[in-house]
Amino acid sequence: MTTTARDTDGRGVGGRGVDSPGRAAIEARTLRSDRWWLPPLATTVGLLIFIGYATVRTFQQKYFFADERYLTPFYSPCVSLGCASEPGAAHFGMFLPDHPLIPYAALSLPFLLLFRLTCYYYRKAYYRSFALAPAACAVPEPHATYHGETRFPLVLQNVHRYFFYAALVIAVINTYDAIVAFRHPTDGFVVGVGNLVLLVNVVLLWCYTASCHSCRHVMGGRLTHFSKHPVRYRLWTWVSALNTRHATFAWITLGTLILTDLYVALVASGTITDLRLVG
Amino acid sequence: MTEIERHDYDVLVIGAGGAGLRAAIEARERGLRTAIVCKSLFGKAHTVMAEGGCAAAMGNANENDSWQVHFRDTMRGGKFLNNWRMAELHAQEAPDRVWELETYGALFDRTKDGRISQRHFGGHTYPRLAHVGDRTGLELLRTMQQRIVALQQDDFAETGDYEARLRVFAECTVTELLKDPAAGPDGAVAGALGYWRESGRLVVFSAPAVVLATGGIGKSFQVTSNSWEYTGDGHALALRAGADLVDMEFVQFHPTGMVWPPSVKGILVTEGVRGDGGVLKNSDGKRFMFDYVPDVFKGQYAQTEDEADRWYEDQENNRRTPDLLPRDEVARAINTEVKEGRGSPHGGVYLDIASRMKPEEIKRRLPSMYHQFKELADVDITAEPMEVGPTCHYVMGGIQVDPDSGQSRVPGLFAAGECAGGMHGSNRLGGNSLSDLLVFGRRAGLGAADYVVGLERRPAVRAEDVDAAAVLTLAPFDAPEDRADDTGRAENPYTLHAELQRMMNDLVGIIRTESEVADAQRRLGELRARVRQVFVEGHRQYNPGWHLALDLRNMLMVSEAVAASALLRTESRGGHTREDHPGLDPEWRHRVLVTRCARDGADGLETEQVVPRVVVEPAERVPMRADLLALFDLAELEKYYTDAELAEHPGRPADPGRPADPVGGTA
Amino acid sequence: MSYTGTFRIWRGDADGGALADFRVEVNEGEVVLDVLHRLQATQTPDLAVRWNCKAGKCGSCSAEINGKPRLLCMTRMSVFERDDVVTVTPMRTFPVIRDLVTDVSFNYAKAREIPSFTPPADLAPGEYRMAQVDVNRSQEFRKCIECYLCQDTCHVVRDHEENKESFAGPRFLMRIAELEMHPLDVADRVPAAQEEHGLGRCNITKCCTDVCPEGIKITDNALIPMKERVADQRYDPLVWLGRTISRRRG
Ligand SMILES: Cc1cc2nc3c(=O)[nH]c(=O)nc-3n(C[C@H](O)[C@H](O)[C@H](O)COP(=O)(O)OP(=O)(O)OC[C@H]3O[C@@H](n4cnc5c(N)ncnc54)[C@H](O)[C@@H]3O)c2cc1C
Ligand code: SF4
Ligand code: SF4
Ligand code: FES
Ligand code: FES
Repeated sequence: MTTTARDTDGRGVGGRGVDSPGRAAIEARTLRSDRWWLPPLATTVGLLIFIGYATVRTFQQKYFFADERYLTPFYSPCVSLGCASEPGAAHFGMFLPDHPLIPYAALSLPFLLLFRLTCYYYRKAYYRSFALAPAACAVPEPHATYHGETRFPLVLQNVHRYFFYAALVIAVINTYDAIVAFRHPTDGFVVGVGNLVLLVNVVLLWCYTASCHSCRHVMGGRLTHFSKHPVRYRLWTWVSALNTRHATFAWITLGTLILTDLYVALVASGTITDLRLVG
Repeated sequence: MTEIERHDYDVLVIGAGGAGLRAAIEARERGLRTAIVCKSLFGKAHTVMAEGGCAAAMGNANENDSWQVHFRDTMRGGKFLNNWRMAELHAQEAPDRVWELETYGALFDRTKDGRISQRHFGGHTYPRLAHVGDRTGLELLRTMQQRIVALQQDDFAETGDYEARLRVFAECTVTELLKDPAAGPDGAVAGALGYWRESGRLVVFSAPAVVLATGGIGKSFQVTSNSWEYTGDGHALALRAGADLVDMEFVQFHPTGMVWPPSVKGILVTEGVRGDGGVLKNSDGKRFMFDYVPDVFKGQYAQTEDEADRWYEDQENNRRTPDLLPRDEVARAINTEVKEGRGSPHGGVYLDIASRMKPEEIKRRLPSMYHQFKELADVDITAEPMEVGPTCHYVMGGIQVDPDSGQSRVPGLFAAGECAGGMHGSNRLGGNSLSDLLVFGRRAGLGAADYVVGLERRPAVRAEDVDAAAVLTLAPFDAPEDRADDTGRAENPYTLHAELQRMMNDLVGIIRTESEVADAQRRLGELRARVRQVFVEGHRQYNPGWHLALDLRNMLMVSEAVAASALLRTESRGGHTREDHPGLDPEWRHRVLVTRCARDGADGLETEQVVPRVVVEPAERVPMRADLLALFDLAELEKYYTDAELAEHPGRPADPGRPADPVGGTA
Repeated sequence: MSYTGTFRIWRGDADGGALADFRVEVNEGEVVLDVLHRLQATQTPDLAVRWNCKAGKCGSCSAEINGKPRLLCMTRMSVFERDDVVTVTPMRTFPVIRDLVTDVSFNYAKAREIPSFTPPADLAPGEYRMAQVDVNRSQEFRKCIECYLCQDTCHVVRDHEENKESFAGPRFLMRIAELEMHPLDVADRVPAAQEEHGLGRCNITKCCTDVCPEGIKITDNALIPMKERVADQRYDPLVWLGRTISRRRG
C-alpha cells in the first residue's frame, strides 16, 4: 500500500504540491533513490502484528492467569465477573458483566489503547505508514487537502495528557501485579522465570510511560525558569534523557507486551512449565 | 537605456553584515528612511561565520578588566599603528553595544550569576569575549536581523507597510557609487547603481548618505576563510568615488585554517580551540610556540608548559600560554615550522584538544568545530589532533574615516566594519571585529543621520552617470569582437579569478619580499588589461559568471592597493611580514600608507574606467593623545616609538639628557 | 584519487526546465558544491547556484540531492559510489528562479509575522540576568542557520501550496517556541501559535528534524512542547479547573 503514494502521473494531476505553478518542473514526484518505502512498510507490518495479536488475546478470555500467580498485562486489572474462572487473578474486585465482547480488563484497555493512539510517537508512525502523510520525507502524499490536527477528530490528539495520567495509574497496577506475583500463596517468596518476565515488562512499561512527551512537559517542560525549580528541572532532565528514546521504548514495549502475554498464556495453558529459580 | 528601477532613501546602507545592520538600525531609529542592500540573502552575511566571540570589557569574568586595559591590548595587538581614537571609542563603547543586543533578544552564554560569560582569546589580558558556543557571529547577526524585523513590525503597526521606513534589498549588488559634483568642492555622494542578482535588472538608489559596510577582501587570495562575498567591493567603490584607503598592506592570516582535504583548505578553525585549552604541536610532538615569543612580548607569556597549563586554572599567578600570542606571531611560527620540515602530512601543524579535554566537554564547548571536522574531513577532534595552517582571514586596511562619525573624505560617504580602516592597526585581535561592527556600525548610522538632517540641499543623481555606470555593468555581455580597440579575445572570469588568487597567495601572502611583490604588481597590470576582455555567456538572470566578472574589477583594484602598499613598507609588523626587512622600524610606526584612485589617463580611457589604477603614498599619523599615551609603560613604548615621539610622556624626566625612569607610566 | 562522476542537474526557470546530464571530474575530499563550481568554471559558466560560506554556516546552498533536502556544501562526494548518478534539483517547495536557485521569500514573510522579543519594560541594558539552564533551550533553537530545508521538506506546505497562508512552518514555529522559552520574554505566544501560525497543522512526522543540518531537535524540543503548552491553555480540563478555582479564590 505504501507504494501507491507515488503518483507517476507527474504534473498532470492539476498542479498540486510539488507540481504547483512556479515550482521547478520536475517529472518525478520524488527523486529519492533510496528505499524510502521500507520504514513505513515495516511500521505497518509491526503495528498490524501487534493489533492482530492483541485483539485475539483480549477477546480470548482464557489463559490469562497462571497458577504461579502470573497475570498477563492484557487482563490487568481483571475486573470482569468472568475473572472468577481464575481465582486470584482479580486484585481489585469483579463487577463488569461477563460478556464475550467485554474484555476482562475493560477498565484499563481502552485507556491504554488511547494512550498509545494519541502518543506523539505512534501518531508519527501511523501518520506516516497508514495515512501516508507523508510516507517518507520529501515523498509527496496522496491527499488533495490536509488540515493536520486542526479539526475533529484529530484535534482530540491534544488530550493525550489525560491518557498519560490514566496510563500512570495502570502502570502502578501492573507494577503491583508484578510484585504480588513474587508471593506465592503456599510457597511464600518465590522467583520464577515468569516473575522476571513480568518485572522486565513492567520496568520497560515505566520507561515508555515516563518518557512520554506529556510527562516531560508536566515534570518541568512547562516552566520558563528552570533555575527557580531545581527539583523539577532535575526531573525534566531525566525525563528528557528517556524521552530521546521514546520511539525505541514504544517498539520495545509492544514486543515485551506480546512476549510477556505469550509467556503467561503458554504457562497458563500448560504448554510450558515455568522454571522456578528461588523458593 | 531601458527604464531603470529607482528608489529614494535618506540613508543607503551597503552591506547587511553586523556593521551594516547596526548602522541601519541606528539610522532608522533616528527616524530616517533607510535601505539596506546586500549581495546575498538577508541574514547570510559573512558575520554569521564569526565563531569565537565579541570583545567587550564588561568585567563579568574578571573584575579587573576595564576599557583602559582593552584599549591597551588593542594597541599592542596592532603594534601601535591603530587609529588610537577608534581604539579608544571601541574599548569604551563595546560593553554598551553588547548589552544592547540583549535587549534585542540575544542569548549569550552565561556566568554562574547570570551575566554574560566571557572567554579567553589571543592578545586579550582578561577573558573578554562575549560568546555563544562557537557561533557568536550568527547570534549577533540573527539578533540584529530580528531587530530590523521588529522595527519593520512597528512601521507596519503604524502605517500598514512593513517597508515604510526600512527595507532590505537582498541579492542586489552595488557596482558603482553616484556622486553629485555640484554639491560642494569635492562633490557629494548622491546614490548608487546596482543590479538584482536574481533578474539582472539594474536599479538606481538615490540617497544623500551612503554607508559602506561591505566587509573584506579575502577572495583575492587562494587560501582563505572568507566567502565569495569578500571581493573588496566597498574598498573599490570608495576608491572610485574619491575616498582614501589606509593600511592596505596589513592582511591578517589566521594561524589556524583547515589544511585538508583540499576543497576545504582555508576554512577557519576558531581561536576558541586554543582559548579553551587546545595547543599547537609540530610533527615531533613539541609545543613549539614557546620558542617563538618575540621580544616585545617577553615576560608576558609563560615559559614552561607547566606554567602555561596552570594558567587556564589560575590566571592571577601564572602567565598565559604562547599558543595565545597575537595571530600574526602564531601564523608566522606555523609557517616557519612547516618550512623547516616539522609540519604535518598535509602541510600544516597539529592543533590538539583531544588529549586535553574530555570528549563530551569538547562537544559542548566547540560544537561547530566538532561538526565541521567530522563532516568535512572525517576527523574526530575528540580523538585525534586537527591539522591546521595559516589562512587569509581579515583585512586591517580599509576606507579612511573620521573615527567619531565614520565619514570618509567624500561628503555623505560613510564606512564601518571590516571595510573601514584604522581601528586594528597592523593586526586585529580576535573578537575585536564583532565589537568593532557594533560600535562603529552604530556611529556610522548616527553620523549618516546627522549628516542628512544637516543637509541644505539633497545631492542629485545625474542621468549621464547612471548611463555610464550601467554600460560598465553590462559590458561583460558585449561580444569581444564588438568592443572598441580590441583584439577580439575573450577571457573567462573563472580563469582570471583563479590566477589572481594563486598569484596573490604566492607573491603577496603571509611572507613577502621586494622582488615577489614587484612581480605581483607586474602581473596585476597584465590581469588588469585582460579583465577588459572578460566575456560572459548566457543571460542576466542569476548568472554567476557575470557576477564574478564584475567582482573581479574590485578585487583587482584592491589587490593593487595591497601590493603597492606592501612594497613601500620596508619593515615587518603585524599582518605585513617582509623577509627582506624582518624587524619593526619605529620610523615606519608613525607613517600611514594611503591609497587613492589615480585617473590620470595613463592606461587609456577604457581600462581606466574598468579598473582604475591606484597610487599609494605615505603620510604622517596623528600622534596619540597624551592621556592615552600615559596609559602605557614607557619601557613598552620605547620598543615601538622613536625617541622624539616620547619626549612628552610623563614617564620621561623633564631633562632629556637624563636616562628614562625605568618604571614610569601609570600602567 | 580523481574520477569522472555523472551529475544530473535541473536547469531551467519558472517557465520550465529539465534534468541535464554532465560528466565532471571529482576529487578526493570534495563536496557536491565543489563539483558544481567545477562545472561552472569548465562547462556551464551560467549555472545558477546560491551559496556563500561553503562551510555549513550560512544556510544559503540548500537544494535537493537525490531527492533529499540537503546543503550542497555539506554533502561529501564520498557518500556516493563512483558510478552513482548524483541528481541535484532546486528545493521543490518554493518557486524556482533559475537552475538551483529558488525564491525563498515565503520564509521572510513568515518571519515578519512572528511578534518580536518583548523584554520586561523596567529592565535597563546591562541589567539582564539569566541562568544558563534557562537559556539552554532557546539557544538550541538559535543555532538555526535559516537554510529553510525544514520548511522545504515539511509536507504541510510542500504538498499543499494552499497551506502556505496559514502555516508558519517548522522554522518559525520553532522561533515562537524560542521566544516562549526565553527567560525574559513577557509576551504570551501560545494562542497565536495555534490560531495564526498553524501549529495544529503539524502532525509531528519529524521530517524537519531529519533534515536539519544543525541537528536541532525541532519536533521534540520545540513543536511538541509548544503543542503541550497549547494543551495547557486550551485542552487540559485539569489545568482549566485549577485556574478557574484559583481565579475565584483571587
Ligand atoms: C571564519 C571567520 C571567523 C571569524 N570569527 C571572528 C570572531 O570570532 N570574532 C570577531 O570579532 N571577528 C571574527 N571574524 C571577523 C568578522 O566576522 C568580520 O570581520 C565581520 O563579520 C565583518 O562584518 P561586516 O559587517 O564588516 O561585513 P560582513 O558581515 O561581511 O557583511 C558584508 C555585507 O556587505 C554586502 N556586500 C558586499 N559587497 C556588496 C556590494 N557590492 N553590493 C551590495 N552589498 C555588498 C554583503 O552581501 C554582506 O551583506 C571572523 C571572520 C571569519 C571569516
Ligand atoms: S514535524 Fe511538523 S513541522 Fe516538522 S516536518 Fe513534520 S509536519 Fe512539518
Ligand atoms: S531549523 Fe534547521 S533545517 Fe530549519 S532552517 Fe533552521 S537550520 Fe535549517
Ligand atoms: S506516550 Fe508517547 S508521547 Fe506520550
Ligand atoms: S554555503 Fe553556507 S551553508 Fe552551504
